Amino acid sequence: MTDSNGDDTGGVTVHLRQGAPIPLDVSFDCHRGELLALVGPSGSGKSTVLRCIAGLNTPAEGRVACDGVEWLNTERGLNRPPQKRSIGIVFQHYALFPHLSALDNVTAAMQHLPSSQQKFRASQLMRTVNLEGLEMRRPHQLSGGQQQRVALARALAREPGILLLDEPFSSVDQTTRRKLQRELAALRSRMAHPIILVTHDVEEACMLADRICILHHGRGLQIGSPKEILNQPRHKLAAHLVGLTNVFKGEVIEHQAEGNVTRLRWLDYELEARYCPSFRTGQAVHWVIPPRYILLHQRVRPSRGERENPVHGAIEELVVLGETASVTLAIDNREDMPMSFNLPLHVVERNRLNAGDNVSVSLRGEGIHLMPPDQGDVEP
Amino acid sequence: MDWPALAISLTLAAWTTIILIPLGIIVARIIAWRRFIAKSLVEALIALPLVLPPTVLGYYLLTSFSKHSPLGSMYHAVFSQSLAFSFEGLLLASLVFNIPFAIQPMQRAFEALPGEIREAAWCSGMSRWRTFFSIELPMVWTGILTAAVLTFAHTLGEFGVVLMVGGNIPGETKTIAISIYDRVQAFDDQQAATMSALLLMFSFIAIGTIYFLNDRFKRR
Repeated sequence: MTDSNGDDTGGVTVHLRQGAPIPLDVSFDCHRGELLALVGPSGSGKSTVLRCIAGLNTPAEGRVACDGVEWLNTERGLNRPPQKRSIGIVFQHYALFPHLSALDNVTAAMQHLPSSQQKFRASQLMRTVNLEGLEMRRPHQLSGGQQQRVALARALAREPGILLLDEPFSSVDQTTRRKLQRELAALRSRMAHPIILVTHDVEEACMLADRICILHHGRGLQIGSPKEILNQPRHKLAAHLVGLTNVFKGEVIEHQAEGNVTRLRWLDYELEARYCPSFRTGQAVHWVIPPRYILLHQRVRPSRGERENPVHGAIEELVVLGETASVTLAIDNREDMPMSFNLPLHVVERNRLNAGDNVSVSLRGEGIHLMPPDQGDVEP
Repeated sequence: MDWPALAISLTLAAWTTIILIPLGIIVARIIAWRRFIAKSLVEALIALPLVLPPTVLGYYLLTSFSKHSPLGSMYHAVFSQSLAFSFEGLLLASLVFNIPFAIQPMQRAFEALPGEIREAAWCSGMSRWRTFFSIELPMVWTGILTAAVLTFAHTLGEFGVVLMVGGNIPGETKTIAISIYDRVQAFDDQQAATMSALLLMFSFIAIGTIYFLNDRFKRR
């Protein structure tokens, strides 16, 4: 994923390392037209990474290059200020200039253009972000969503080599957020900028990003497509950070290349998992299953699919959230083996499920993913 | 009405404001945004003229103006005249005792300016100078105006330090505040009343303007 030379001509390459004040150890690149999301809990250093790219922070060691031009190279003592980096940035709280109109906020970032062209280009950008007619408003006369659009237009005004978005959807209400997210997705199809999006919201990252980089205490844990991140976490910690809670300890029994399965012992069960020969036979592993691979056996009408990895347990918790129910099973009635998944409410009602009931589920083998046993354990 | 005294007061106030505000902007900005070891000490020194009796301040200024002190002797060597009991000495004293009035409002204004806004300006390609003139100054202008009006009005009204440092030389160091005191001493109630009313009116209008503008700015 990361270009080993780091000299890819399109897009940005980033390597950052430092011990203090905020520990950093992360490397990634972001190609033209790609949207990379930096995801992690608060305090994971994702905003610091963005600030290092923008030139607002300087890491102890690092290299940042965009379109073949070096912006930061601590070995060579090179550190360009933000003015000399081709960036556009949208801050979490937008940081609009309060004394300037929306249009002037945008022209303020057009130092590179002759003033005769600034107004024209800025009006074009205002149209791009759907703010036509609001050019003369001051920021305080705009709604949160409109302010975010002005910030986006200002970030694009510099015609940057890369667009940096720092939690751009976190300060607006849910409806506006969905709308702005759709607008960003639509905008992407019309421009080739690499985009780096910082967010703590895994769901948002999966919706918008081509690739996701998971950060924890400033360390890049895993980079991959949303599908990889959600279905094949590298280790227990990465699983934990994307909200996968169904992580258990098991042991590899054997690999069957012809059946494309790896057999796994877990409690008294033998499970068929996705073929994964990189683990030794007899090796202890962690395994994870995303909730959508867990299927409830209908109590009224048994079906054929039930031969696939059937396990049994008591419903420990059943919480209805709108049209969905979140179910937690205590496998084999063991409270230390909780397995969670979601069911549509009508399924719960038809099967007359209640807390305390004993039920069976199938664990779909293609969803069972093996991980090394210790690496990446949740740190204190 | 002691017109020469009023003229001296206005000249003194104008010069004090013109010199102190640009210097104050630089100092206030540094104190507001930089972290340094002796910061509390510097802030205490700036605030000192607020609590010090004017006579104490005046005494030390007068001592430092004397030909035997480094400052006084240096000034004498260059301009061959004494700082004490001169308009220049009075101006220097006025600059010192107005420091808190000039710096504190601007310091508050700079402190209230979010650091992210400056960073946004840099990331928009604006140089540090351009950021200062196009973004910072327009955002702290009420603080600057407050500082200027306070400095001007406070200079018009200062009595103790002026008396100690300037003496009471008509046409040179006799300000309107001292003239009022003179008139009262001479039982010239009518003159004292006219001049007092003038100072009262000016001070009220000045302070009222500040509050009005600050309130409007806040509600924008």
